[in-house]
Amino acid sequence: MASCSPVPTSNFSHRLRFLSNLFCVISCLLLFACGNGENNVSTGLASQTLHWGNGAEPQELDPHIVTGIPEHHIIVGLLEGLVLKDPQTLEPIPGMAQSWDISDDAKTYTFHIRANARWSNGDPVTSADFVWSWWRALQPALGNQYAYMYYPIVNAEAYATGEIDDFSQVGVKAIDANTLQVTLANPTPYFLQLLDHYSMFPVHRPTIEKFGGPAERGTRWTRAGNFVGNGPFTLKQWDLNRLVMIEKSPTYYDADKVRLHAIRFYPTENVSTEERMFRAGQLHVTGSLPADKIAVYKKTNPQALRISPYLGTYFYRINTKIAHLADKRIRRALAMAINRQQIIDTVTKGGQMPAFSFTPPNTLGYTAENGFTEDIQAAKALLAEAGYANGEGFPPTDLLYNSNEGHRKLAVAIQQMWKKNLNVDITLNNQDWKVYLDSVTTGNFEISRAGWIGDYVDPNTFLDMWLTDGGNNRTGWHDDEYDQLISEAAPAAKVRAQRYAHFRRAEAILMDAMPIIPIFTYNSTHLIHPHVKGMPSNILDYASYKQIYLSED
Amino acid sequence: MARFIFMRLLQAIPVLLVVITVTFFLVRLAPGGPFSAEKAVPPEVLKALEARYHLDQPVVNQYLSYLGDLARGDFGPSFKYPGRSVNEMIAAGLPATTELGLYAMCFALLIGASAGVIAALKPNSAQDYIPMSTAMLGICLPSFLLGPLFMLVFGVWLEWLPVSGWGDIPGDKILPALTLASGYTAYIARLSRGGMLEVMSQDYIRTARAKGLPEWKVVLKHGLRGGMIPVIAFIGPAFAGLLSGSFVVETIFQIPGLGRFYVQAAFNRDYTMIMGTTVLFATLIIFFNLLADIVAVWLNPRLRDLYRGKGA
Repeated sequence: MASCSPVPTSNFSHRLRFLSNLFCVISCLLLFACGNGENNVSTGLASQTLHWGNGAEPQELDPHIVTGIPEHHIIVGLLEGLVLKDPQTLEPIPGMAQSWDISDDAKTYTFHIRANARWSNGDPVTSADFVWSWWRALQPALGNQYAYMYYPIVNAEAYATGEIDDFSQVGVKAIDANTLQVTLANPTPYFLQLLDHYSMFPVHRPTIEKFGGPAERGTRWTRAGNFVGNGPFTLKQWDLNRLVMIEKSPTYYDADKVRLHAIRFYPTENVSTEERMFRAGQLHVTGSLPADKIAVYKKTNPQALRISPYLGTYFYRINTKIAHLADKRIRRALAMAINRQQIIDTVTKGGQMPAFSFTPPNTLGYTAENGFTEDIQAAKALLAEAGYANGEGFPPTDLLYNSNEGHRKLAVAIQQMWKKNLNVDITLNNQDWKVYLDSVTTGNFEISRAGWIGDYVDPNTFLDMWLTDGGNNRTGWHDDEYDQLISEAAPAAKVRAQRYAHFRRAEAILMDAMPIIPIFTYNSTHLIHPHVKGMPSNILDYASYKQIYLSED
Repeated sequence: MARFIFMRLLQAIPVLLVVITVTFFLVRLAPGGPFSAEKAVPPEVLKALEARYHLDQPVVNQYLSYLGDLARGDFGPSFKYPGRSVNEMIAAGLPATTELGLYAMCFALLIGASAGVIAALKPNSAQDYIPMSTAMLGICLPSFLLGPLFMLVFGVWLEWLPVSGWGDIPGDKILPALTLASGYTAYIARLSRGGMLEVMSQDYIRTARAKGLPEWKVVLKHGLRGGMIPVIAFIGPAFAGLLSGSFVVETIFQIPGLGRFYVQAAFNRDYTMIMGTTVLFATLIIFFNLLADIVAVWLNPRLRDLYRGKGA
């Protein structure tokens, strides 16, 4: 290119001009798309439209398939079960059933379905809808991961696992169009709680059958325009990864009380972006808040910050099949040598509650006794008793967590506490979520991070997971007395106090053996705009949309 | 020319096949399956799910049936989103990603080329140093830093532009396009500066000046032609990069594009989605590289003659 012109052609200018014209057209299009910013919060107030940061794109909106919290937030707007929960107390209140009778042996529930309950296409909601929906939810082909919510019902487990083929043996009967009778295998005091879980919601049979087989996964019945529900809202719009919008349903029996006109759910995966959206007036409610922002909001905008206890426990699992961890003295020493308050103050910074038992305090009136105390001297003594005085000779131990900055910081803090207090060396090991799940499920770990969120408000959801060979136990620990208390004594108890006494005893056994180290009780953290009214906090982080409205006062 | 394009397309087939095969077996080798979850999945449910998605069959059979589906243009159902097919998710995400890439490309060309030309006119002066050091900053600042910075300044403090969304609120496309463009702007600035510097020292520029043409005419009419050649050659690969590399920007600005699916699919072990997006991006990269070569040939008569068989 040294001696001659690189492009000695007259055509060149034309071509370059063509490219630059194309470029100008595109730029103009772009500028056309620009304009003045608007604020969702101010427009939402006028139209009663709630803008909700929903954490992620919903996997599906089929209540018998999904498993997540973002899906829950949308589905409870679209569908309604037999009972609802009081957002203040979480006690069951009438939903599709306006009342119910419980037999003396507490095994038979008779639900009276509202005569004016309607699907969004105008069809009446009947007891047959529930029988069919529950039959569908138990079809193995559907892959319903929450099928176990039905297991208190007579023969539901046998039917779901294929032991019996005849659904008429399952304890669900339509007595007449508005009466549904449910027979339980054992008295299950939390049964009414389960009915407000989306896995037990009814679905509209004609709609599902119009778009595919009853037990077919992923048909188009859940799309906007197709979805027929019985909840206070109907599905208006579902744009992948962008927006789910639900609008007030005119056929809902309680439509007069629903004050919101619409709710727009955004898939806010990035919590920092979500927080900025809130600040820019694009959201009324965020799903969470980055931990490092909590202190800032406490100082500058405390009225927008809502931190409340949540029905979940952050804990470490110990693999009791590892030789040195099979010794409960070592497990207890490790649990006692952690300063939980310090972790909460300096690492998680979310004002969580240190946990000394597995079930969160005040779970529907149940609080376990503290299973241990933080006591470094006692921990050292236990370790010495187990043969590792001053930590000498303690085998190298691996602490596994899934890759996440928060879990890493916490693991580092605990690693240091164990080093400083017990002089034991722990190596940190982080794995990508799915690899971590694989390691934990196959028992390929020594100590691993874990979290457990209750499915319903009852101690049972925290305690039945530690039964021998329970799918979520994964620690290798088992205890016959514990099994007996949880699976026999507690269900047979006549009154709540007696039942809780069995749970307390069981939890004492669990905490004495310490196959898990409780660290803290979770919090739910939200930013909520002052316009949002009628949304009290509760430990399930449950919001009742029909009571929410937007107002400036 | 047709022969050139045909040969290049032919070469693309084995490349794609290798990409498909390697990805197919790699994702299945990774520990953890698509249906594992924190709450234990009951064995009968897991069995039903695996049967539904044919994961209970031998891997070779899965591979062959996947190739068969692919030949029919069917990427299969998503594992993570039961109601969606991968085709549908790509169809939903690709427009936003393409639009974002296109806008970013426009910004990058407009700002980058102007900065480069301005810098090249007075090399080693403030007029050169200021745009070029800004460009260097653009290369160095990653989008996960620049994006939030833009959001804070223009969205939260000045309240000029929305901080997230895509086509919901007027102006919400500007910040993501600028953020995505930054690195490319900087690179284009450096390319055009280099190109212009080389061209402006050519004999024919001196001739143009000797004719008494005004300087702006010399630059715009004679200088730009040659000076922009390296930039034009870069557009193809850059566009492929913009499409496949928009994940961070899409996440930060909540854009319903394909980049988000791509990365999430890997974390979720959503096998079909990983395959679908990988095949798509591989195809796009091959396509844009081909396009870049075609444009280069189209603009450069010597190359064009070469492919016409006239010789150099």
